Amino acid sequence: MPIPTIRVQRGTFDAAAESAALAAGRTDIGAIVTFTGLCRDEGGRLARLDLEHYPDMAEAEIGRVAEEALRRWPLLGVTIVHRYGPIRPGEAIVLVVTASSHRVAAFEAAEFLMDYLKSNAPFWKKERLVEGTDGGWVEAKREDQEALVRW
Amino acid sequence: MKAVYFAWVRERIGKAEEELDPPADVATISDMIAWLKTRGQEYVYAFENSRSIRAAIDHAHVKHDAPISGAREIAFFPPMTGG
Repeated sequence: MPIPTIRVQRGTFDAAAESAALAAGRTDIGAIVTFTGLCRDEGGRLARLDLEHYPDMAEAEIGRVAEEALRRWPLLGVTIVHRYGPIRPGEAIVLVVTASSHRVAAFEAAEFLMDYLKSNAPFWKKERLVEGTDGGWVEAKREDQEALVRW
Repeated sequence: MKAVYFAWVRERIGKAEEELDPPADVATISDMIAWLKTRGQEYVYAFENSRSIRAAIDHAHVKHDAPISGAREIAFFPPMTGG
Protein backbone atom coordinates (compact mmCIF):
# COMPACT_ATOMS: atom_id res chain seq x y z
CA MET A 1 0.00 0.00 0.00
CA PRO A 2 1.24 3.52 -0.70
CA ILE A 3 2.27 5.71 2.21
CA PRO A 4 -0.09 8.68 2.50
CA THR A 5 1.36 12.19 2.55
CA ILE A 6 -0.19 14.13 5.44
CA ARG A 7 0.56 17.67 6.51
CA VAL A 8 -1.01 19.96 9.08
CA GLN A 9 0.21 23.49 8.47
CA ARG A 10 -0.54 27.15 9.03
CA GLY A 11 0.32 28.36 5.55
CA THR A 12 -1.50 27.86 2.30
CA PHE A 13 -0.89 25.10 -0.25
CA ASP A 14 -0.75 24.68 -4.02
CA ALA A 15 -3.35 22.08 -5.02
CA ALA A 16 -2.01 21.70 -8.56
CA ALA A 17 1.54 21.15 -7.30
CA GLU A 18 0.38 18.53 -4.78
CA SER A 19 -1.55 16.70 -7.48
CA ALA A 20 1.40 16.84 -9.86
CA ALA A 21 3.75 15.55 -7.15
CA LEU A 22 1.51 12.53 -6.59
CA ALA A 23 1.65 11.61 -10.28
CA ALA A 24 5.29 12.51 -10.96
CA GLY A 25 7.28 9.78 -12.66
CA ARG A 26 4.39 7.29 -12.69
CA THR A 27 2.56 5.66 -15.56
CA ASP A 28 0.14 3.45 -13.62
CA ILE A 29 -2.22 6.20 -12.42
CA GLY A 30 -5.39 6.61 -14.49
CA ALA A 31 -7.32 9.01 -12.28
CA ILE A 32 -6.54 11.78 -9.81
CA VAL A 33 -9.27 13.52 -7.82
CA THR A 34 -8.27 16.79 -6.17
CA PHE A 35 -10.69 18.28 -3.64
CA THR A 36 -10.10 21.70 -2.09
CA GLY A 37 -12.30 23.00 0.72
CA LEU A 38 -12.46 26.81 0.84
CA CYS A 39 -13.50 29.36 3.43
CA ARG A 40 -16.84 31.01 2.43
CA ASP A 41 -17.75 34.59 3.38
CA GLU A 42 -21.24 33.45 4.48
CA GLY A 43 -23.01 36.13 2.48
CA GLY A 44 -20.45 38.82 3.29
CA ARG A 45 -20.79 38.43 7.08
CA LEU A 46 -17.55 36.54 7.75
CA ALA A 47 -14.16 38.27 8.02
CA ARG A 48 -12.22 35.08 8.74
CA LEU A 49 -12.24 31.70 10.40
CA ASP A 50 -9.83 30.90 13.21
CA LEU A 51 -9.10 27.19 13.11
CA GLU A 52 -8.03 25.70 16.42
CA HIS A 53 -6.53 22.23 16.34
CA TYR A 54 -5.06 19.56 18.61
CA PRO A 55 -1.50 19.49 17.28
CA ASP A 56 -0.43 16.20 18.86
CA MET A 57 -3.50 14.37 17.54
CA ALA A 58 -4.30 15.98 14.18
CA GLU A 59 -1.73 14.24 12.00
CA ALA A 60 -2.24 10.91 13.75
CA GLU A 61 -6.01 11.03 13.30
CA ILE A 62 -5.80 12.10 9.64
CA GLY A 63 -3.34 9.24 9.19
CA ARG A 64 -5.83 6.73 10.62
CA VAL A 65 -8.55 7.99 8.24
CA ALA A 66 -6.13 7.77 5.30
CA GLU A 67 -5.12 4.21 6.25
CA GLU A 68 -8.80 3.23 6.28
CA ALA A 69 -9.27 4.68 2.77
CA LEU A 70 -6.22 2.72 1.59
CA ARG A 71 -7.71 -0.48 2.99
CA ARG A 72 -11.05 0.10 1.27
CA TRP A 73 -10.01 1.30 -2.20
CA PRO A 74 -7.19 0.32 -4.55
CA LEU A 75 -5.47 3.69 -4.30
CA LEU A 76 -2.05 4.47 -5.74
CA GLY A 77 -1.55 7.59 -3.65
CA VAL A 78 -3.18 9.88 -1.09
CA THR A 79 -2.24 13.42 -0.06
CA ILE A 80 -4.08 15.33 2.67
CA VAL A 81 -3.20 18.87 3.79
CA HIS A 82 -5.20 20.61 6.54
CA ARG A 83 -4.56 24.20 7.59
CA TYR A 84 -5.02 25.81 11.00
CA GLY A 85 -4.89 29.38 12.25
CA PRO A 86 -6.59 32.38 10.63
CA ILE A 87 -8.15 31.67 7.22
CA ARG A 88 -9.93 34.33 5.17
CA PRO A 89 -12.83 33.91 2.73
CA GLY A 90 -11.54 32.62 -0.59
CA GLU A 91 -8.57 30.87 1.00
CA ALA A 92 -8.22 27.10 1.04
CA ILE A 93 -8.68 25.16 4.29
CA VAL A 94 -8.22 21.53 3.30
CA LEU A 95 -6.86 19.49 0.40
CA VAL A 96 -7.53 15.85 -0.42
CA VAL A 97 -5.84 14.24 -3.42
CA THR A 98 -6.51 10.61 -4.33
CA ALA A 99 -4.91 8.66 -7.16
CA SER A 100 -6.00 5.35 -8.59
CA SER A 101 -5.95 3.32 -11.81
CA HIS A 102 -9.63 4.09 -12.36
CA ARG A 103 -11.85 7.02 -11.49
CA VAL A 104 -14.45 5.35 -9.26
CA ALA A 105 -11.98 4.51 -6.51
CA ALA A 106 -10.43 7.98 -6.65
CA PHE A 107 -13.83 9.75 -6.47
CA GLU A 108 -15.23 7.52 -3.72
CA ALA A 109 -12.10 7.62 -1.59
CA ALA A 110 -11.89 11.43 -1.80
CA GLU A 111 -15.50 11.72 -0.65
CA PHE A 112 -14.97 9.19 2.15
CA LEU A 113 -11.87 11.06 3.32
CA MET A 114 -13.68 14.41 3.42
CA ASP A 115 -16.68 12.97 5.27
CA TYR A 116 -14.40 11.46 7.91
CA LEU A 117 -12.12 14.47 8.21
CA LYS A 118 -15.12 16.69 8.94
CA SER A 119 -16.26 14.56 11.86
CA ASN A 120 -13.02 13.01 13.15
CA ALA A 121 -10.09 15.35 12.55
CA PRO A 122 -9.50 17.47 15.69
CA PHE A 123 -10.13 20.95 14.27
CA TRP A 124 -12.63 23.56 15.44
CA LYS A 125 -13.71 26.66 13.52
CA LYS A 126 -14.44 29.96 15.19
CA GLU A 127 -16.05 32.75 13.16
CA ARG A 128 -14.76 36.32 13.20
CA LEU A 129 -17.31 38.69 11.73
CA VAL A 130 -16.84 41.66 9.40
CA GLU A 131 -17.95 44.12 12.11
CA GLY A 132 -15.02 42.93 14.25
CA THR A 133 -16.94 40.74 16.67
CA ASP A 134 -16.59 37.11 17.65
CA GLY A 135 -19.15 35.06 15.71
CA GLY A 136 -18.82 32.05 17.99
CA TRP A 137 -17.81 28.46 17.35
CA VAL A 138 -19.18 26.76 14.27
CA GLU A 139 -21.53 23.97 15.37
CA ALA A 140 -21.09 20.47 14.02
CA LYS A 141 -23.83 19.71 11.52
CA ARG A 142 -26.09 16.73 11.97
CA GLU A 143 -25.82 15.96 8.25
CA ASP A 144 -22.03 15.69 8.56
CA GLN A 145 -22.50 12.95 11.15
CA GLU A 146 -25.20 11.29 9.05
CA ALA A 147 -22.92 11.36 6.00
CA LEU A 148 -20.72 8.73 7.68
CA VAL A 149 -23.50 6.13 7.68
CA ARG A 150 -23.22 5.38 3.97
CA TRP A 151 -19.60 4.27 4.35
CA MET B 1 -2.11 12.62 33.99
CA LYS B 2 -2.44 15.62 31.75
CA ALA B 3 -5.86 16.91 30.72
CA VAL B 4 -6.15 19.10 27.63
CA TYR B 5 -9.16 21.11 26.49
CA PHE B 6 -10.08 22.59 23.13
CA ALA B 7 -12.47 25.14 21.59
CA TRP B 8 -15.40 26.12 23.82
CA VAL B 9 -14.55 23.46 26.39
CA ARG B 10 -11.20 25.24 26.83
CA GLU B 11 -12.87 28.66 26.94
CA ARG B 12 -15.46 27.60 29.53
CA ILE B 13 -12.89 25.94 31.81
CA GLY B 14 -10.56 28.87 31.35
CA LYS B 15 -7.41 26.88 30.69
CA ALA B 16 -5.94 24.81 27.87
CA GLU B 17 -4.36 22.09 30.01
CA GLU B 18 -3.66 20.99 33.54
CA GLU B 19 -2.10 18.15 35.51
CA LEU B 20 -4.74 16.06 37.31
CA ASP B 21 -4.62 13.24 39.81
CA PRO B 22 -8.14 11.80 39.93
CA PRO B 23 -9.12 9.46 42.78
CA ALA B 24 -8.82 5.71 42.22
CA ASP B 25 -12.56 5.19 41.70
CA VAL B 26 -12.49 7.40 38.59
CA ALA B 27 -12.26 4.55 36.08
CA THR B 28 -13.76 5.78 32.81
CA ILE B 29 -14.17 8.95 30.75
CA SER B 30 -17.72 9.27 32.17
CA ASP B 31 -16.36 9.05 35.70
CA MET B 32 -13.73 11.63 34.82
CA ILE B 33 -16.36 14.09 33.56
CA ALA B 34 -18.46 13.56 36.71
CA TRP B 35 -15.37 14.12 38.87
CA LEU B 36 -14.31 17.24 36.95
CA LYS B 37 -17.80 18.69 37.48
CA THR B 38 -17.19 18.58 41.24
CA ARG B 39 -14.15 20.84 40.82
CA GLY B 40 -16.00 24.08 40.13
CA GLN B 41 -18.66 25.98 38.22
CA GLU B 42 -16.43 26.37 35.16
CA TYR B 43 -16.35 22.57 34.77
CA VAL B 44 -20.10 22.30 35.35
CA TYR B 45 -20.57 24.86 32.55
CA ALA B 46 -18.11 23.12 30.18
CA PHE B 47 -19.70 19.70 30.73
CA GLU B 48 -23.34 20.78 31.15
CA ASN B 49 -24.31 18.78 28.06
CA SER B 50 -21.76 16.06 28.71
CA ARG B 51 -23.11 13.61 26.12
CA SER B 52 -22.07 15.99 23.34
CA ILE B 53 -18.48 16.18 24.63
CA ARG B 54 -15.90 14.12 22.73
CA ALA B 55 -12.83 12.63 24.37
CA ALA B 56 -9.47 11.27 23.32
CA ILE B 57 -6.92 9.22 25.25
CA ASP B 58 -3.30 9.58 24.16
CA HIS B 59 -4.36 11.18 20.86
CA ALA B 60 -7.01 8.64 19.80
CA HIS B 61 -10.79 9.08 19.97
CA VAL B 62 -12.55 7.08 22.71
CA LYS B 63 -16.13 6.64 23.88
CA HIS B 64 -17.31 7.70 27.33
CA ASP B 65 -17.13 4.15 28.69
CA ALA B 66 -13.41 3.85 27.86
CA PRO B 67 -11.14 3.04 30.82
CA ILE B 68 -8.63 5.76 31.68
CA SER B 69 -6.09 3.64 33.53
CA GLY B 70 -2.61 4.18 32.16
CA ALA B 71 -3.65 7.28 30.19
CA ARG B 72 -0.95 9.92 29.91
CA GLU B 73 -3.10 12.56 28.20
CA ILE B 74 -6.88 12.89 28.15
CA ALA B 75 -8.49 15.45 25.87
CA PHE B 76 -12.00 16.88 26.04
CA PHE B 77 -13.50 18.87 23.19
CA PRO B 78 -16.74 19.67 21.32
CA PRO B 79 -17.76 17.80 18.16
CA MET B 80 -15.19 18.61 15.49
CA THR B 81 -15.75 21.07 12.66
CA GLY B 82 -12.72 20.58 10.43
CA GLY B 83 -12.61 19.99 6.71
